[in-house]
Amino acid sequence: MLSLFALESVSEVSTVVQDANWFLEHAWIIPLLPAISFVLILFFGKRLPKKGAEIGITAVAVSFLLAVVTGWAWLDHRDNVVFDGGHSESVVVDDGHGSDDGYGTDDGHSGDATADEEHAIVVDDGTTNGDDRVSLAVAAAETGGKTEAHPYVAVQQTTQWFQSGGVEFGAGILVDGLSVMMLFVVTLISLLVHIYSTDYVGGDRRYTHFFAFLSLFTASMLFFVLSDNILQMIVGWELVGVCSFALIGHWWEEKPNSDAALKAFITNRVGDVGLLVGMITLFFAAGGGTTFDTVSINEQVVQGNVSHTALVVAAAALTAAVMSKSGQFILHTWLPDAMAGPTPVSALIHAATMVVAGIFMVARLYPVFFEGMSIGGSSINLLSTVGAVTLVGAGLLAFVQDDIKKVLAYSTVSQLGYMAMALGVGAWTAAVFHLFTHAFFKANLFLGSGSVAHAVHSFDMKKDMGGMKKYMPRTFWTFLIGSVALAGLPPLAGFWSKDEILVGTGGWGLFGGTGGNGAYTFHLSMGMIGAALTAAYMTRCMYLTFFGEWRGGHGHDDHGHDSHDAHDAHGHHGEPHESGPRILVPLYVLSGFSILVGLVNLPPGLFSGSAKSPASWQERFLHYMEPAGSSYFPAVAHGTPSWSLAIVSTAIAVLGIGMAFWYYFVRVDRLSKQTGQSLTGLPNGLTSRNRLAKAGHTLLVNKYYLDHLYTGIIAGFTKGRLARAAYWVNQNVLDRTVNVAGETAVRAGRVVYERIDQGVVDGLVNSAGRVSDSTGQELRKINSGQVQNYAALMFAGAAVLAGAFIILFAL
Amino acid sequence: MSSLLAAVSADADLMVAQNVFFALISLVMVIAAVRVVTTGNVVHAALWLVVVLAGVAVQFLFLGAEFVAVTQVLVYIGAVIVLFLFGVMLTKASMGDDESVVNERRGMAGMVGLLLFAVMAIALFDSFGDKRVVIDEPQSVNTVSDSIFSQYIVPFEAVSVLLLAALIGAIVLARKD
Amino acid sequence: MLLNQFLLLAAALFCIGVYGVLVRRSAMLVLMSIELILNAVNINLVAFGALTDDVGGSVFALFTIAVAAAEVGIGLAIVLLMYRNRRSIDLAQVDLLKG
Repeated sequence: MLSLFALESVSEVSTVVQDANWFLEHAWIIPLLPAISFVLILFFGKRLPKKGAEIGITAVAVSFLLAVVTGWAWLDHRDNVVFDGGHSESVVVDDGHGSDDGYGTDDGHSGDATADEEHAIVVDDGTTNGDDRVSLAVAAAETGGKTEAHPYVAVQQTTQWFQSGGVEFGAGILVDGLSVMMLFVVTLISLLVHIYSTDYVGGDRRYTHFFAFLSLFTASMLFFVLSDNILQMIVGWELVGVCSFALIGHWWEEKPNSDAALKAFITNRVGDVGLLVGMITLFFAAGGGTTFDTVSINEQVVQGNVSHTALVVAAAALTAAVMSKSGQFILHTWLPDAMAGPTPVSALIHAATMVVAGIFMVARLYPVFFEGMSIGGSSINLLSTVGAVTLVGAGLLAFVQDDIKKVLAYSTVSQLGYMAMALGVGAWTAAVFHLFTHAFFKANLFLGSGSVAHAVHSFDMKKDMGGMKKYMPRTFWTFLIGSVALAGLPPLAGFWSKDEILVGTGGWGLFGGTGGNGAYTFHLSMGMIGAALTAAYMTRCMYLTFFGEWRGGHGHDDHGHDSHDAHDAHGHHGEPHESGPRILVPLYVLSGFSILVGLVNLPPGLFSGSAKSPASWQERFLHYMEPAGSSYFPAVAHGTPSWSLAIVSTAIAVLGIGMAFWYYFVRVDRLSKQTGQSLTGLPNGLTSRNRLAKAGHTLLVNKYYLDHLYTGIIAGFTKGRLARAAYWVNQNVLDRTVNVAGETAVRAGRVVYERIDQGVVDGLVNSAGRVSDSTGQELRKINSGQVQNYAALMFAGAAVLAGAFIILFAL
Repeated sequence: MSSLLAAVSADADLMVAQNVFFALISLVMVIAAVRVVTTGNVVHAALWLVVVLAGVAVQFLFLGAEFVAVTQVLVYIGAVIVLFLFGVMLTKASMGDDESVVNERRGMAGMVGLLLFAVMAIALFDSFGDKRVVIDEPQSVNTVSDSIFSQYIVPFEAVSVLLLAALIGAIVLARKD
Repeated sequence: MLLNQFLLLAAALFCIGVYGVLVRRSAMLVLMSIELILNAVNINLVAFGALTDDVGGSVFALFTIAVAAAEVGIGLAIVLLMYRNRRSIDLAQVDLLKG
């Protein structure tokens, strides 16, 4: 509701804005469409022939097309907008004919881009109320080429939602490279997930409801990435959380699923406290207590007008929010459990929406983190260390998972660790680039795992998979592409982004990787270890799923929580078979992206000087995404890529693959052939021989005992131990006294009973019992369970405290 | 009661008609309030509550808050009491005098109440011993509404959301399925 | 008029309300006692508003009335639910809240 309200009012203002391309000004339509679709599906979905899926797909498809055109318009805007210091007329976008074609609105102006716009400033462009603002900045000078001298101009449209006590509550959109990229990624993946879901959850009892929430989820994420103020960000952030709660618990009839949904929601609440504290700190420290505007907050920070202490507090609090939302160690525990949701939802959550919200938030408020964490010139800080620990810790956990989706879930946690680490070491573009590439191959992998699970009706790699290559060749190839991309082998997408992160650590001079923001050697080595781990666990996952012999086919009654996927009637018996086109086509598309998207940000000097790589291919992503030199972005340094680092990191990944390959494809495979069974590991592996390895394995199987810590110790102590202690006192001390008294009385009564007349004594004994009983009741009253008793104690306590207060201070 | 009377008699303008009215109405209110918490009949309790609420509305008039007084009558006596009566009917609460309407905690509760009152009375005499309320003219609805819709817009929105949540919550709780 | 006469009246109503909340067995009567408490608070708000000649007191009294209406709605729904489940609204029987 809020998003609709806010966005509708934007339209009134934006029609009079002359500042940018029509599509950039009207980007608010993109989240609006899925939001409308949500309402329509909710009200009319069930009556439609396709049960509402058609509305969702149409809305998201249109959003996707708009996002593509907006992206195109942004590329054009980025290259061609000219600004010469304060006259809004000189911002060359011709709105008059821009409404039909999204680009090519400024053909005549690229020539104006002479050297005179070398000032980085933000100007209120002088329209009536100053609501519409264009943030202008000169592009980073380090990238050559004749179009590079154009400033980085973000398009912002704000309308006042309401005003209270001098504080304006705005609603609006901020369109720059980052948000445009997110629009593209979210709408594309959401569209593919929608298509995939028509087959995957087809026939589900809450099919319409599912599509309604997919639409709302998409709308919330788009709303979040477009928000131009931190208040709107909080709203979007929470909306995304609510939708993920609803979708993870889609099959809430089964306890583990509703538990997982609750866990996701509650764990996120822990981090949300951090979000609120951080945002409030920013509002007062950087917003001056009057504005929530992201750009002006960032500007204040960049200009150094904000106290460092406030920034440290804000950055640390926001890091806690990132830890819960983006699944960073130690609040990542909800994320693997969130696999209880339907697979398309997992793909959407892990690739494009929910979990990248945290990363996006850091990227959006980057000056706060850059200054607050003192990223430049340092060698360690909170954010980068959290990321580094997550990346290795989750990578290790992925080795002991039997559930294919959980392997991928931990892999996501690990890759998010890469992103957080990259942001922490100042490699902004690398982090955003990794977010971009990761979205494609992780969605690919998740949808691929769903395709396999669809065929075997289980997610258990060890029990029900194996040898799937034979049955599902198409899924196999797409999954292989995704795995290789994730493992970071060139030239697939993952390699380029991962390498850029490693470069960004500015770690060892050994590799010639100089010029970063600091000397983050520790993080470089963690990144290297992570690369080896990623490659190795994906090899394991590939073997267990696709190679060997099929271990399934032994009846399907014992599938745990995901038996809903087993709705495909004719799949229950016989061999698994390849999925249908509505599942495969999204996989093909995502595989294609997994191969290609890495090429949009080729490092300079890779093929420099040769005809193979014209300059126009180099660092395109950096050029279009990073607001370098703009008024709301800190001065980050860029590492120089080096051949040696790239070769070493690739070699490490290959080493990881090689070791896992040797274990599974050579040794396990040989043993399987000998024994005639399809094994999933060596019976006398390292973990059974070496005590240390076994201990490590146990630690991993128990997920570092974090769940035990949360539920067993923290929650258990307050709920169990404390309460139990009180109960123990009650039972053992109070009751026993009473019981002993009662028993004594009874025993005495018995003695008397044997001697004296029954009629007289009976009454005596009974009353003795009654006395002891009522004494017991009297003593137990403190813990009676009756609210009024507790209330009486509370009021009495309050009265006594207030009396004490008066006596101490007032009299 | 005695302290209340003491407060009134401490006032130099004891003979002013307003104060006489105040004392009378306060007396009625306190008696009615006591009946609310002691009567055995639930319907009687609700009716005694009407007396208290009407008395509160009169107190608002004394304080010049006319709009609040009108709202008090409309919302409380008009709506809330009706709700209570419906609740009484729907839950078939006992209509006659019932010995068990008060639980065995009576002594402790009485002590808590008296203690609270003593503490508050001491604090009030200590802090506001001779502060006077001067009502020149009643607040106009204009002022109140201007204030609500400008300075207090955020709490206002929060209250409206709260009402919506309560509405949904009541439906969810009370529906049969 | 003295400020204290209003405040003391409010204090008296409040304490009577507290007494009612603590001793009543019927959930309906507890809800009524809560209304007494809320009204006591309202008198205080308006009285302080009148003292400082600030409209804020009245505004918040209005908010309290709105909140009280919501509270009665939810409270009655809970009482109704309790009655439906237990055939009784005796609070003495509601004692699950113990360790």
